[in-house]
Amino acid sequence: MRIEIQDLHFSYPGGVEALKGVSLVVNTGEKVAIVGQNGAGKTTLVKHLNGLLLPTKGTVRIGDWDTKDYPVARLSSRVGYVFQNPDEQLFNKTVYQEVAFGPRNLGYPAEKVAELVKNAMALTELTGKENVNPYDLMPTWRKMVAMASILAMDTPIVVLDEPTTGQDAASIERIAHCVQVLHQQGKTVITITHDVDFCAENFERIIVMGGGRILLDGPAIEVLAQEEILATTYVEPPQLTRLGNRLDFPHPVRNEEEFLDMYRQLHRQRDRA
Amino acid sequence: MAMIDVQDLTYTYPATDSPALKNVSLKVEEGEFVAIIGANGAGKSTLCYTIAGFIPHFFAGTLNGKVEVAGIESQHSTLQELVLNVGLVFQNPFNQISGAKFTVYEEIAFGLENLGIPREEMIKRVDKVMALTGITDLAKRSPYALSGGQQQRVALASILVMEPKILVLDEPTSQLDPIGTREVFQVIKEMSNRGMTVVMAEHKVEWIAEFTDKVIALSRGEVLLQGPPAEVLTSPLLPQHGIGISRYTAVARRAREENLWPAALPLPVTLDDAVAGFVGGLENAH
Repeated sequence: MRIEIQDLHFSYPGGVEALKGVSLVVNTGEKVAIVGQNGAGKTTLVKHLNGLLLPTKGTVRIGDWDTKDYPVARLSSRVGYVFQNPDEQLFNKTVYQEVAFGPRNLGYPAEKVAELVKNAMALTELTGKENVNPYDLMPTWRKMVAMASILAMDTPIVVLDEPTTGQDAASIERIAHCVQVLHQQGKTVITITHDVDFCAENFERIIVMGGGRILLDGPAIEVLAQEEILATTYVEPPQLTRLGNRLDFPHPVRNEEEFLDMYRQLHRQRDRA
Repeated sequence: MAMIDVQDLTYTYPATDSPALKNVSLKVEEGEFVAIIGANGAGKSTLCYTIAGFIPHFFAGTLNGKVEVAGIESQHSTLQELVLNVGLVFQNPFNQISGAKFTVYEEIAFGLENLGIPREEMIKRVDKVMALTGITDLAKRSPYALSGGQQQRVALASILVMEPKILVLDEPTSQLDPIGTREVFQVIKEMSNRGMTVVMAEHKVEWIAEFTDKVIALSRGEVLLQGPPAEVLTSPLLPQHGIGISRYTAVARRAREENLWPAALPLPVTLDDAVAGFVGGLENAH
């Protein structure tokens, strides 16, 4: 499902203008990461996708719906939003009820709800924890419950707000796996994050925001190599990209394989010389 | 004298069977900056709470062993006495903010008000700490109308203003961008240089390598490793225990297996060390 944002402006009550004219198209099935310093407007932008915020000026379209014309409850059938802090999202007594809440409210029949819940729990590795109270789980697993409760709604668009914050290596891998599976299912995945390494390894398109505007938008590898522009919004390129840049690699790299391929090549060239 | 002296500490939360910390022993000297790493659930937060006295004074449960902080044995004292010596910055700033104050400025002064610090002194200290943590321009905002990163700075300021001898921080930069993270690490390092003892639970290993004096790695409630950052953070044990390592360390380890990394050099944690090693590796190629 296509997202089309035109000249979006947004001011919070009290006058802070958080978005100053953002235009953007995201096509069905894209994996998009939005990066930028604290206060750049990332969260404000994505809260427009499910109508939590409405434009002060400009339009946001989700498929053929203008978000101004549809309540959040309807928009949530198209856009699932996983909050940064799971505790802002969880309120049911068991993991099962929590995960089933969304699809039930979207009006799916009981068998379909059961199937959606089962799949979402399997994907987030929560199977077996159905009857546990979410607040008896560690924060890492509460995050997975929050993810599962959105995945179970089977929305064509999924928004992940800072998914890797405070997560350990295993949990980050689990989240990366979810992104991969959603992508294979043809869904659009949008994340906002400070974790550029996670972006580089899992997202194809990167949008850099600063001061309420889009500064850069393009393929991950090209965007993340722009050290100077990134610095203006306090973003550093991924670690291995920076390392490659410092070693004068002829083009930017974004993961271990690409780094080692390039380094082996340079090594062989030196050997011959 | 060790500012923090933990001996054979075992602690079990109420209504749970297995201990969250098992036979933990560690010492932190005055002015040292120590990082605690570990997978989620390894006991990092529990250790922070214990050093800060929230265990056993706020969370009940069963505590065995000795926890001595600034010369006070925490089991045999009160939280009030400990608070004068130890400040704890929570992982989620939402848990820190008092809810009793309408502006950031008042929020930061709140702790000092409770200690009965004279007004003039209070103003001086609040102004200083707000400048230090980069939040001077937020003074009149509501603590609840801030971004996660801004709230984390307010939470840090509200503890620093108390000038504790020991500062305990539970992932204080989790919601900050890289520049914000650097600023916070610099402020904390500066405090440590001035003699404050610092213990910080943190996942970001490159920052730990750059700023801290010592690293304690926890796994399933036990101390897995403790020592200098460059040693602990490059240990092959970390990935086996679910602890993230720097991408520089990971890629250099693979390069070393192919003899592309200089044999004499330890594995890197930081960018500068990685650059030095990989440049060296190319120069050795013949």
